[in-house]
Amino acid sequence: MLLELEKRKQPSRAMLYLTPVISVLLTMIAGATIFSVLGYDGPGAVWAIFFVPVLDIGAWQDLGIKAAPLILIATGLSIGFRANVWNIGAEGQYVMGGLAGTGIALATWEMEGWWILPAMCLAGAIGGALYAAIPAFLKTKLNVSEILSSLMLTYVSIQLLYFLMRGPWKDPEGFNFPQSRMFSDSQLLPEIGDTFVHLGVPLAFIVAVIAWYVLSKTVFGFEIRVVGAAPNAARYGGFNRKRTIWLALLAGGGFAGFAGILEAAGPYGQMVPQFPTGYGFTAIIVAFLGRLHPAGIVLGALILAISYVGGEIAQSSIGLPNAASGLFQAMMLFFLLATDILVTYRLRFSGARSGGAA
Amino acid sequence: MTEAILISILVTVVGAATPILLAGLGELVVEKSGVLNLGVEGMMLVGAVTGFAVTTMTGVTFVGIVAAALAAAGASMIFGYLTLTLTANQVATGLALTIFGIGLSSLMGAGFVGQTVERIGPLFPPALAEHEHLRVLFGYDPVVYFSFAMTLAVAWFLRRTRAGLILRAVGENDVSAHSIGYSVISVRYMAVAFGGAMAGIGGCYYSLVLTPMWAEKLTAGRGWIALALVVFSAWRPMRLLAGAYLFGVVMTLELHAKAAGFEYVPPEFLAAMPYLATIVVLALISMRKSVGSQAPACLGQPFKPST
Repeated sequence: MLLELEKRKQPSRAMLYLTPVISVLLTMIAGATIFSVLGYDGPGAVWAIFFVPVLDIGAWQDLGIKAAPLILIATGLSIGFRANVWNIGAEGQYVMGGLAGTGIALATWEMEGWWILPAMCLAGAIGGALYAAIPAFLKTKLNVSEILSSLMLTYVSIQLLYFLMRGPWKDPEGFNFPQSRMFSDSQLLPEIGDTFVHLGVPLAFIVAVIAWYVLSKTVFGFEIRVVGAAPNAARYGGFNRKRTIWLALLAGGGFAGFAGILEAAGPYGQMVPQFPTGYGFTAIIVAFLGRLHPAGIVLGALILAISYVGGEIAQSSIGLPNAASGLFQAMMLFFLLATDILVTYRLRFSGARSGGAA
Repeated sequence: MTEAILISILVTVVGAATPILLAGLGELVVEKSGVLNLGVEGMMLVGAVTGFAVTTMTGVTFVGIVAAALAAAGASMIFGYLTLTLTANQVATGLALTIFGIGLSSLMGAGFVGQTVERIGPLFPPALAEHEHLRVLFGYDPVVYFSFAMTLAVAWFLRRTRAGLILRAVGENDVSAHSIGYSVISVRYMAVAFGGAMAGIGGCYYSLVLTPMWAEKLTAGRGWIALALVVFSAWRPMRLLAGAYLFGVVMTLELHAKAAGFEYVPPEFLAAMPYLATIVVLALISMRKSVGSQAPACLGQPFKPST
């Protein structure tokens, strides 16, 4: 008996929502198997990575803090992916946003005022957007692949970070450690209530709601979707492809930069060489897992946040290497891309060749 | 500058160029068949860690290199299955392969961090390899000569063989190639496997020759430079060879600057140079209007035979 694929008359909405769930489940099964083969406690690893962080209420604050930058970056990226603009340099835009905001923080050192933090956030978003403007310019003017240019710029931004930390922006009272001064109270994101959840976490959720509104209810959102799905129709409709590329990259960079300064002014409280943590790349998985939809992205970001927090738990509890969570995240994307075919095709057991059997 | 310094600079340039040449050649063949595999960096890392682990366990470098090629080709088959059989998006799947390669290699290599292997020695006997002048020609390890041989082989294959013609036909017009009876999907599977194997050998050049040890993310984005190199080469093997050596010079600027006594250029700037140079080179190439788009016409398009 063979499995065959049969084209559906129209894409299945049910599968569109179900396949992300299926891929997470398949990841757990495959993960448990692989880790058992490698000599670890496989089921224990899956339990620690995916379930312990959810069952432990103490870990929820961590989940929110980890999910916030992923929500922001993935929302920005999804705008580009919808328009077929492949900005994969969000990591660099995140770093540049963090650096731009840190620049304001260092310039306003020993100052006080309510305006400092908003100015830092604005600088972060602008810094990220400007950095994304480089691939946008190269793409629209010279047709340089935004995939390669945005990624190359990520490596450049990391070197700039190292340079600033070791040189001009090094904390003069930092015992020669390569890191910036600690941010002052006017430069730090306030924490909410008795928790250690910073203001950036609710902000990220609010931004996702705004993005949902803009993408689904405005002409801009419609233009983005049309340019991505049907470039020719978009031309007839008077939508300008170049403008869409610019908007998509500026939005992606701006969101990533905003996430960067929220991290610097939130969990880090200063700028450090360890600032690039791969959120920019993980956000690509989040964007796909969330089906490029803000609501899905929030859920996707929470799942990836669970795998991050769980990875740390598994590291301390059963000695699983830190790389394990990265592997789980990659497998999730593989399974999602593989099961995507179920949206447009249905599985059929061949043998019964009569047309209606499905 | 003395001759000795020039020769030692040349040796470092060859070292930097060889892995991106190998990975680039593999990707060139993949792209000629109409497939865009952005997973080069991930496949190189899988090759790097496998080559190191197997060499450590068997004590035979050659076995390590073969294992690296096989492991990376195996990883590329995940990409092949998703994009060719299941017609998944090639860009997204390639990115997934890179993320997967980073995670898998870190996990596999966790037990090998800090260990070293004996690096591969020169291919030719010491009389030639260590000769004052002749070592410019004969002083390299076997992988370097392999990379030259493969450049010629790929150029010959694509231009002069029937199989190469079929591969190019599949990349330029998959529908026509299919209609005259060629199996587009099998040709592309073979190309993707070859690309994986070459990326694997390129990757293990880092862990077995350049820094005979394993460290996380050892390839440091060179896989992406190999991808850019293919664009730079306009999908021509001999230009790819020239490009790889050009990039080799840029990538070793940091070392040259030290040797030449430059101290006022920040090292971070020199470390960023290969990536900046890649962007500049891509921009310059795109500026030349006469070139047009030389990319294979079906690059990145999924093929669904309408039966």
